[in-house]
Amino acid sequence: MKLRITSLLGGLIVLALGQFTLAQTGGLRLPKTVEAGTAFSIQSAGSGKAVLYIVGPGQVLRRDVQLGEMTSFAPGDLHNAGHYVVVLVGDSATENGAFDVTAAHQPTALSFIAKPSRLPVDLHDGISGVAYVFDTFQNLVLQPTQVSFQLSGVAGAPQTRTVLTRNGVAWTKMNSASKEGAAQFEARTGSVADKRVIQQVPGDPCRLRMNVRPSGQRLALETEPVRDCSGNAVPDGTIVTFTEMYNGGEATVDVPLKRGVAKTEMPAYKGATISVATGVVMGNEIHWGKE
Amino acid sequence: MIGGRLLAFLIAGATVALVVAGSLGHGQSGLDMAGARSGTDLLRFSSSPQAAVENLADKIAQRDWDAAYSNLANKSEFSETDFIRDLSGSYPSLRSHASLDSFDVRPQHATADDAQVRLNLRWSTVVGMFLDTRNLRVTKTGDRWAVVWPIVKEPRVPPQVIPVNYLRWDVIYRGAEDDWGAQDVESPHVRIVDMHPVDRGGGVVILGELLNEDVVPAFVTVKATLLAKNGSPIATEDSFDKISHILLPRQVTPFLIEFHNVALSQVDSVHMQPASTLVAASADPVVEIEDQHLNPGPQPSFTGKLLNQSGQVVNVAHVLGTFYDNSGQLIWVSDGYVERALVPQTPLSFAISVPPDIASRVKTERAVTTTYSSNRFQ
Repeated sequence: MKLRITSLLGGLIVLALGQFTLAQTGGLRLPKTVEAGTAFSIQSAGSGKAVLYIVGPGQVLRRDVQLGEMTSFAPGDLHNAGHYVVVLVGDSATENGAFDVTAAHQPTALSFIAKPSRLPVDLHDGISGVAYVFDTFQNLVLQPTQVSFQLSGVAGAPQTRTVLTRNGVAWTKMNSASKEGAAQFEARTGSVADKRVIQQVPGDPCRLRMNVRPSGQRLALETEPVRDCSGNAVPDGTIVTFTEMYNGGEATVDVPLKRGVAKTEMPAYKGATISVATGVVMGNEIHWGKE
Repeated sequence: MIGGRLLAFLIAGATVALVVAGSLGHGQSGLDMAGARSGTDLLRFSSSPQAAVENLADKIAQRDWDAAYSNLANKSEFSETDFIRDLSGSYPSLRSHASLDSFDVRPQHATADDAQVRLNLRWSTVVGMFLDTRNLRVTKTGDRWAVVWPIVKEPRVPPQVIPVNYLRWDVIYRGAEDDWGAQDVESPHVRIVDMHPVDRGGGVVILGELLNEDVVPAFVTVKATLLAKNGSPIATEDSFDKISHILLPRQVTPFLIEFHNVALSQVDSVHMQPASTLVAASADPVVEIEDQHLNPGPQPSFTGKLLNQSGQVVNVAHVLGTFYDNSGQLIWVSDGYVERALVPQTPLSFAISVPPDIASRVKTERAVTTTYSSNRFQ
């Protein structure tokens, strides 16, 4: 029984393939490619009535046609790029064919991915931008298209790169500026542009120094304004760790920078060694009560 | 006939005796099973120092503050509110949500009308057990013993204004309706700056330190997967609470990941997966950790005092101790919770246990703390 069903299905497939081959050599005249959204027509041969089906990605068209006449399709009838199969079903025969719908040549939209959205200053090739070029129907434009990328920061000349798309995608890398701040990263093709904001933040603190003075029974510790190697102020909230070692004991406090400096109070022990650090960056050491 | 009457009389007598015995027995075991011992006053009179302390502990376990307070010998020295605050805390904390899991009473010294007894109260909380040891004096008045409670009054902060330059980060994430290419906020960049596996106690322990190298706060977790020589995963675990989950910019946390029943010899490599999420956070409160000491001995501990420099009450403080050897290598991470609330400007002691074999190798140590305040985001 199983063998019979398999044989039957095989026969149907062979029959369909045979019809397909026949249709390709029949009287159905199809365009090789159609630009998405444009008008086109299909010429059939013979006489009588038939039904024409066009089946493609996410779209099916059905038309009652008079064989031997031209069937016209209006602009916008087919708008999804891809491979379409055409089936003409007549009273006595069926014809098949296929054509491709390509994206419109004119880009009308960009999808722009910029990463990362936040990075330290002075990083070579630290910013990557990827632009996908689309037509008005959101088809990826596969034809090579020029895309220009521009990164303009708060200071200095903007960086510009012009790249041709490959398979609808253009990409580039940019350096982060030496000055902190929000940079505008723009991708443009023709009159279409998309913009992202890249936050360029200070890097590792470059020179961490603190001062100490007595404050009653305790010591008042305060850092100098904390800056990175490019002179940018390290942002408030950054944790600075003060450590005091004394007589086998230890005191630590994690203090966030506020208004550019970290300050706290710690116990006053003669001979204590006080150090300061932020992340993996060490600052100066002070020996309290020693010359 | 006489024999029959005698038999009936014996059966009736035995039945009554059994019913009485059964009732008494049931009453005792029922009370014990309930754990409440609500009939303690009836069944166990405070006829000895130990019984008096046990009665008191029973009442504390039941949170029957009235009964516990009324039986104290020195109740004229403090109010019942002070007594409750001593045991439950003045501010919401682990202690106020703890329940007494068990206790033990250890007589230390006794005379005819005075005794010293140690009471170990083991409180259970959502983060584990904590021990509260009270050395009690018990005095005899008439035929009854009563406890002199060593009241611990939590300091009350006098009304004042503590200026804080409030610093916090708020985050706006991308919405569901945004285009797929639209940018989302970048996750914080975190980096493992130290990591090594240790063969310990029939298992493998991964020790390390994680740095938030970004300018925004991060919620961090670290997951580790042990891989065999053929590359297949042996086990995956994460650091759970052996890490400080909220890392402010440039803050470093230690972490410890435990794998039970895995030998280090089975492990070819370790796949580490630090994960970070950008979260809203506050830079306050600032907590100083002073008087940090590693105390050697048969039961080594790492002790110190937490001093809340801000004006906000900290409800729960979690302390992580990081221990390094002579060469500066990380050799252990221990943690502990402080069961009382951290009141502004008031030092509060903490103690973390350290394995004896580790303690003998420790050259330097470092403590970090994570705090939780119920009104932080109000």
